[in-house]
Amino acid sequence: MVIAGKDLRAELRGKETINASLSFSLVILLLFSFAFDPTAEETRAICGGLLWLVFAFAGALVLNRSFARELPNDCLDALIASPLPPSALFMGKVMANMLILMTVEIICLPIFGLFYNVNWTQQFGMLFLVLVLTTWGLTVVGTMFSALTVNMRLRELMLPTLVYPIMIPGLLAAIQLTTLLAVGEPLTPDYYPWLKLLAGFDLIYTLLGLALVDTVLVG
Amino acid sequence: MREKITYVLAAIVGALLVSNLYTILLGLPDEANQGAIYRIFFFHFPSAITSGLCAFLSLVGSLMYLYRRNLWWDAFAVSATELTLTFGAIVLMTGMIWARIIWGIWWAWDARLTSTLVSWLAYASYLIFRRAIEEPTARARFSAVISIFTFPGVIISWKSIEWWRTQHPGPVISIRGGGGMAPGMEAAAYWNLLPLAVLALILISIRLRQENAQRLLDGFRRQAHEI
Repeated sequence: MVIAGKDLRAELRGKETINASLSFSLVILLLFSFAFDPTAEETRAICGGLLWLVFAFAGALVLNRSFARELPNDCLDALIASPLPPSALFMGKVMANMLILMTVEIICLPIFGLFYNVNWTQQFGMLFLVLVLTTWGLTVVGTMFSALTVNMRLRELMLPTLVYPIMIPGLLAAIQLTTLLAVGEPLTPDYYPWLKLLAGFDLIYTLLGLALVDTVLVG
Repeated sequence: MREKITYVLAAIVGALLVSNLYTILLGLPDEANQGAIYRIFFFHFPSAITSGLCAFLSLVGSLMYLYRRNLWWDAFAVSATELTLTFGAIVLMTGMIWARIIWGIWWAWDARLTSTLVSWLAYASYLIFRRAIEEPTARARFSAVISIFTFPGVIISWKSIEWWRTQHPGPVISIRGGGGMAPGMEAAAYWNLLPLAVLALILISIRLRQENAQRLLDGFRRQAHEI
């Protein structure tokens, strides 16, 4: 909690990550609309994939900074040496990243609705649930790999290479669900397995993350 | 002694593979619906099981490394991962050849195919990741974590034909409730699984020795530099 507060405060003061990832997301959203120039019918078919590609790219930017921001002045070593358990440090980082990424997503959604002429508010409750679940999975996996790659050369390149293949089951479920929900259609029972997959994905990787974070950070 | 065992095992595996080839190509009749192409199954299915087995060994090696902190287990995990990729590639390629004949297309984005390809890519990035870290213990620790994170994908791939309606055929093997094969054909598939799995183990043990020798060499080189 302390860590989450600290990260968020740093973010609020600097706003470097959130500005960068937000403007990046908007540019990508624009690019997609130029690249595909979708009709209303096409937008219905591709909106899930489009949104999650944007969010996954934005996520990589946020997650890259998460541990990298502790490198100057050896803050990371100080954090590890502090009496805080590594799992708390990890969860704090996850929560901060989650909030930052959720903010980006919530800002992007109305803009997406505007640009692509989609009425996304009808199923907002379920859509929000899917956003929360997927963003949680993305940040848990991503924060873990952010900690792994923080001391590497090619850090910015290594993180997406590692995170995306592992994220694909979760992203796939999110894309299926979002394609339906973002255009305001209710979920049919056909889609419950995707929701279960998403929840199971979050659960497994949260447990794995908590179990392995000691090894990653302390050794 | 160890070398002799390896040679003898390899000879048995080779002989078994040849005799299996005879059964598969000449002994068994064509399948009623698919014709001759179904014979690729005798390599597709055993390679898939072997690849999954190697992925599991990679998980075991990674967990044991984190538990014991002995670099031997790290070498074991790498060797197993390499064999996962090798047999995974065989699975993907034989599957694509079969799909081209039966479905008329090389690839379909269904749950089985996608999840298998994704796991394959994840294990490939594990190997890429290893090359980016110099320090052996840090490399072992971090890559163990990655290997553990990658393994759930293998389970998804294994179970995907039950969880989703896939274009990939559902379970055909009788122990998974398939029962879609004639007994003689199913036995032939298991008989080919045995030598391929043993072949994977032999290759793992060879790679393991290379990895350990490499580590010793690197250690000596570092000592020499210090002097």
